[in-house]
Amino acid sequence: MKFFGLLSVIIVGSLLLSATKDFPDWGDQDSPANEGPVSSFYIEKTEEKTKVPNMVTAVLADYRGYDTMFETVVIFIAGIGIIAVLRTYGNNDSTPKNQVGDEGAGLLAKITCSLILPFIQLFALYVVAHGHHSPGGGFQGGVMLGASYILLALAYGLARAKSCFSEKRTLVFAAVGIIIYVGWGVLCLIMGKEFLNYSALDSILPGGVEMARSHSMLAVEIGVALTVTAVMFSMFSNLSTKGRLDKGL
Amino acid sequence: MIWQFDIIILIFLVVTAVIALRVKDLLGASMIFGIYSFLICLLWAEMGAVDVAFTEAAVGAGVSTVIMIATVFSTTRRSKD
Repeated sequence: MKFFGLLSVIIVGSLLLSATKDFPDWGDQDSPANEGPVSSFYIEKTEEKTKVPNMVTAVLADYRGYDTMFETVVIFIAGIGIIAVLRTYGNNDSTPKNQVGDEGAGLLAKITCSLILPFIQLFALYVVAHGHHSPGGGFQGGVMLGASYILLALAYGLARAKSCFSEKRTLVFAAVGIIIYVGWGVLCLIMGKEFLNYSALDSILPGGVEMARSHSMLAVEIGVALTVTAVMFSMFSNLSTKGRLDKGL
Repeated sequence: MIWQFDIIILIFLVVTAVIALRVKDLLGASMIFGIYSFLICLLWAEMGAVDVAFTEAAVGAGVSTVIMIATVFSTTRRSKD
């Protein structure tokens, strides 16, 4: 059986390797992705039409808004799925024994984490708020914000992190993030244009049509960040406690 | 894009991938997986895809390593095969 596994790996690997020489060169202007009118439109017109210098975020949050919306929904469903599979209620006979070990890490780790945590959270918020001007955005900032709560749980015990970010609050945050994103699209619908067509919001947001699109990207990124933060923390807390949410690592 | 740098990163990538598969200790394997993610992040950053590199560093090297370690602590630490 191992022999057949090795054989199939070698065959598939050599096929993939033989196909790699058909790839376009790195930075090739004539690559197939560059041929159509779409990518040159994004490259030339993004800054003019949306006032967003980072065209990756512009494509992610504006031109491909549906895609990002359902990506956020996928993350939400993943979080809900982990809670549905792992979370156990009641039958907490082992809780008192487990609570003993929940004082977190040692003194040095605690002090280091308490020094570093504010900067991690500040940087995460900067990444979310500045995502349409520099690399980053809702996903990255949300993951970093979630990671800061995971660090809190690792250093001070899960009970300390849960006092900031309880299970109920986690679920509310995850749902509110999606509601912000979808609600922003519905708002465009109410204002008389298509779903997620941010240029409809120029009458209620300051700065004209282009700035309305820029501000709307910020709004949907905040929604994405809320969902991702909540889901990352809930994934960690459920996985590390086998769904009992009583004692961390 | 500096090709010497690329070659070094790619060699390390292959080495870490093989080690992560071969090592019996699952805790070590998940840590090596974090190193693998970080090397890929370097590769993206070097190609100019800074957004992808950022995501890889935050999700791949950061949170998914922690989540894998948390899962290892709930199961057994030694791999059977």
